[in-house]
Amino acid sequence: MFAGWTGAVALGLVGLLALLLAELIVGGWRTFDRFGLGFFLGRAWNPVRGREAFGALPFIFGTLVTSAVAVALAVPVAVGLALLLNEVRGFVRAPLASFVDVLAAIPSVVYGLWGLFVLKPFLDRHIEPFMTSTIGTVPVAGALFRGNPNGPDLFTAGVILAIMILPIVTAVTREVVAVVPRELREGALALGATRYESIRMAVLPYARSGIVGATMLGLGRALGETIAVSMIVGNVPRIGASLFEPGATIPSWIASSFREATSVGLHRSALMALAVVLVIVAFVLAALSRLLVRRTASLVSGETPGAAETEIPKVTR
Amino acid sequence: MIATVEIAPMGRLRAGRRWKDRAFTAFLWACAFLAMVPLVLISVYVVSRGWHALSVNFFTKEPAGPLDPSAGGIAQSFVGTGLIVGMATLFSVPLGILTAIYLAEYGRGRFAGAVRLIAEVLLSTPSIVAGVFIWSLVVVAMGTFSALAAALALTVLMWPVIARAAEEILRLVPQELREGALALGVPRWRVILRVVVPTAGAGILTAIMLAVARGLGETAPILLTALGNDFINTNPLQPTDAVPLRVFADARTPVAALHELAWGGALMLLVAVLGLSIAARAVSSRQQKRMT
Amino acid sequence: MRRVEVADLSAWYGPKKVLHEVNVVAEPRKVTAIIGPSGCGKSTLIRCMNRMHEEVRGARVRGKVLFDGMDIYSPDVDPVDVRRRIGMVFQRANPFPTMSVFENAVAGMQLGGRFSRSELKVRAEGALRAAGLWEEVKDGLDEPGARLSGGQQQRLCIARALAVEPEVLLMDEPASALDPASTLRIEELIEELKRSFTVVIVTHNMQQAARISDWTLFMLYGEVVEFGPTSKMFTRPDEKRTEDYITGRFG
Repeated sequence: MFAGWTGAVALGLVGLLALLLAELIVGGWRTFDRFGLGFFLGRAWNPVRGREAFGALPFIFGTLVTSAVAVALAVPVAVGLALLLNEVRGFVRAPLASFVDVLAAIPSVVYGLWGLFVLKPFLDRHIEPFMTSTIGTVPVAGALFRGNPNGPDLFTAGVILAIMILPIVTAVTREVVAVVPRELREGALALGATRYESIRMAVLPYARSGIVGATMLGLGRALGETIAVSMIVGNVPRIGASLFEPGATIPSWIASSFREATSVGLHRSALMALAVVLVIVAFVLAALSRLLVRRTASLVSGETPGAAETEIPKVTR
Repeated sequence: MIATVEIAPMGRLRAGRRWKDRAFTAFLWACAFLAMVPLVLISVYVVSRGWHALSVNFFTKEPAGPLDPSAGGIAQSFVGTGLIVGMATLFSVPLGILTAIYLAEYGRGRFAGAVRLIAEVLLSTPSIVAGVFIWSLVVVAMGTFSALAAALALTVLMWPVIARAAEEILRLVPQELREGALALGVPRWRVILRVVVPTAGAGILTAIMLAVARGLGETAPILLTALGNDFINTNPLQPTDAVPLRVFADARTPVAALHELAWGGALMLLVAVLGLSIAARAVSSRQQKRMT
Repeated sequence: MRRVEVADLSAWYGPKKVLHEVNVVAEPRKVTAIIGPSGCGKSTLIRCMNRMHEEVRGARVRGKVLFDGMDIYSPDVDPVDVRRRIGMVFQRANPFPTMSVFENAVAGMQLGGRFSRSELKVRAEGALRAAGLWEEVKDGLDEPGARLSGGQQQRLCIARALAVEPEVLLMDEPASALDPASTLRIEELIEELKRSFTVVIVTHNMQQAARISDWTLFMLYGEVVEFGPTSKMFTRPDEKRTEDYITGRFG
């Protein structure tokens, strides 16, 4: 009887996911049906009756750009931090690790507020003009860093996202790095490898696919982040080379236009279609990431034959 | 046999290798530094700027209107957050714990695996998607934004959090304890409710605290469902304010006095969320000591 | 020379002291065996001899290890340098699983500098021959190192250590996870190696120590009980406790 109840609730969780997907897909269907591929490739967004046009390209663009900036900035720092947490001993380790966890607990609206009033003015005044005058002068790639430093922009949103995904990328990378057996590290060290060389020889080759997995998880988080981005990015549907101009992401656009869409069927459907795109990408990234992280564990445990335990006592603190 | 060629004398590692090793070590520490900077800066700013906003009015008054915004407060946001998160906790705790009990105590085979996978999938759902889902399912159908809708959106997010975290905890309860009770002829469901769950009590509390901390700070899902309100509202079927919504809204006005309220709200959020996470950690570490 | 002298060496894991003022000398071109029951500190001692001990979290050392008269724990000595000259083979074969046999063999020497492909080949062959593995792997040098049998993997690890051209070889129970045939190969190999190296080997197998070593150190609870020529240790030891252990009345 009781077992049946718990089973029913567990089944309810399955039902919840099914209902969520069904609701979104049914809701977004009108849009997919009417605009087809044009929904993904169109640039115009016009909810006015009789002149409706819903193209998601600027939001897909904005989402990809801000997330790419976030990943590019966060992953090297996260990997470095994870390696450091694996290396250091003693009193710095525990506080350092919990500081990173605290970063994960900060609500996104607090990141947004800080980003809007502190980070954005700082980047606008100091970093962005500097980047424009240095890397902005490089041909072709320099176009990314030219533009009006003032005002909301994709770059600032990317920086805030980088800070927000840092903890999760660090946590997953740490997990992956921790499963590399100590014998491999010691094998490298005993050959006279320096610390750096031992990491390159005996840690990174195994951790590589796991780090890619961690990156994907971070990417998934960045794609779906709404409020902080919405406060900083400008919410202007725009496609262009410069990172220093405003843009809009899928979540930020949903958050800024749901209100007028609530009572307008097709507009509402278009926002739900955006949500469908978001949720599918997020699920795929999460699944890939788990697969890659799991592969790391099996690579390490599967290929070194298990033998006798080493005699060195495990130190417990 | 191996002929021994000339080897560098001890203590003279080739300069290039040593340099690389040092540069790498420096890079690792630089990463730690870079990760710490935002945390420190955010805390410093939120505390120093939010501090000024805290006054009696801040906690007891509704917004004062455009003529003298500094006289107002965000009382309606506190009430709304309490209402929304309270309801969400009420919904998600039983659901989450029953799911966890199923997974840890009864679930075998494919179905349990599928439930676990689905909990994971829901955990990776962007929070705004939960908002869009309830917006379409409840808000549009009911014809109004409401605290109830917001609580449901948060339930979508909190249910899997509690389910997964509580399952881990239940699995830590030693098997002998269950067998001991079962051997006395106690039915399984009573063993679970009387022995297993109380033993895991503090750990389950941790799971709940973490879920509540998440619910308190979420903004996007309640924006799409509760909308916000300038007045105190206790009717679950009416649009309702919440602290994160107020921070979000006030920050985007051009009014300095409202910015101050926003920082004040952010400070309260930060204190509540971090307080809960730290308390949760303390509870769980004590629990772990007790069980091992 | 290549003489390793351990002088008043103590070691800790966290607060736990596991070696108490140990003194021992490993003579050049001789095999020195360290024996004793599990947990007596023999692995710790050998790991102190090329500064691997400090790689364990919370580990600490006091005292000296003199390599040809020079203290490897002196602050101006780089542990990386020490380990290139004093190589080590572990209890559990640990070839790098993502590398081929060839890459494994030359993994250590590639750290030291740049070598041409032909030079690497020569050195890899030399090391694999010295480790008695060449004939078995010469046709499969590009196979993954992890695909070899356990005994072959261990000899690959020995080859890997030899390719760096160390002067001392430390072996921490190198045969304990191997079958008898592989163990025999390793023991024969040690006989060969001692012609050009100083060899120190930890073993829990007294017959093995008696078979292959010239000097034997018997340890108990982190202390040296007796150190002397193997022939004497196994026939007329000075200490009662040594005799008890060797004759199996103990531990």
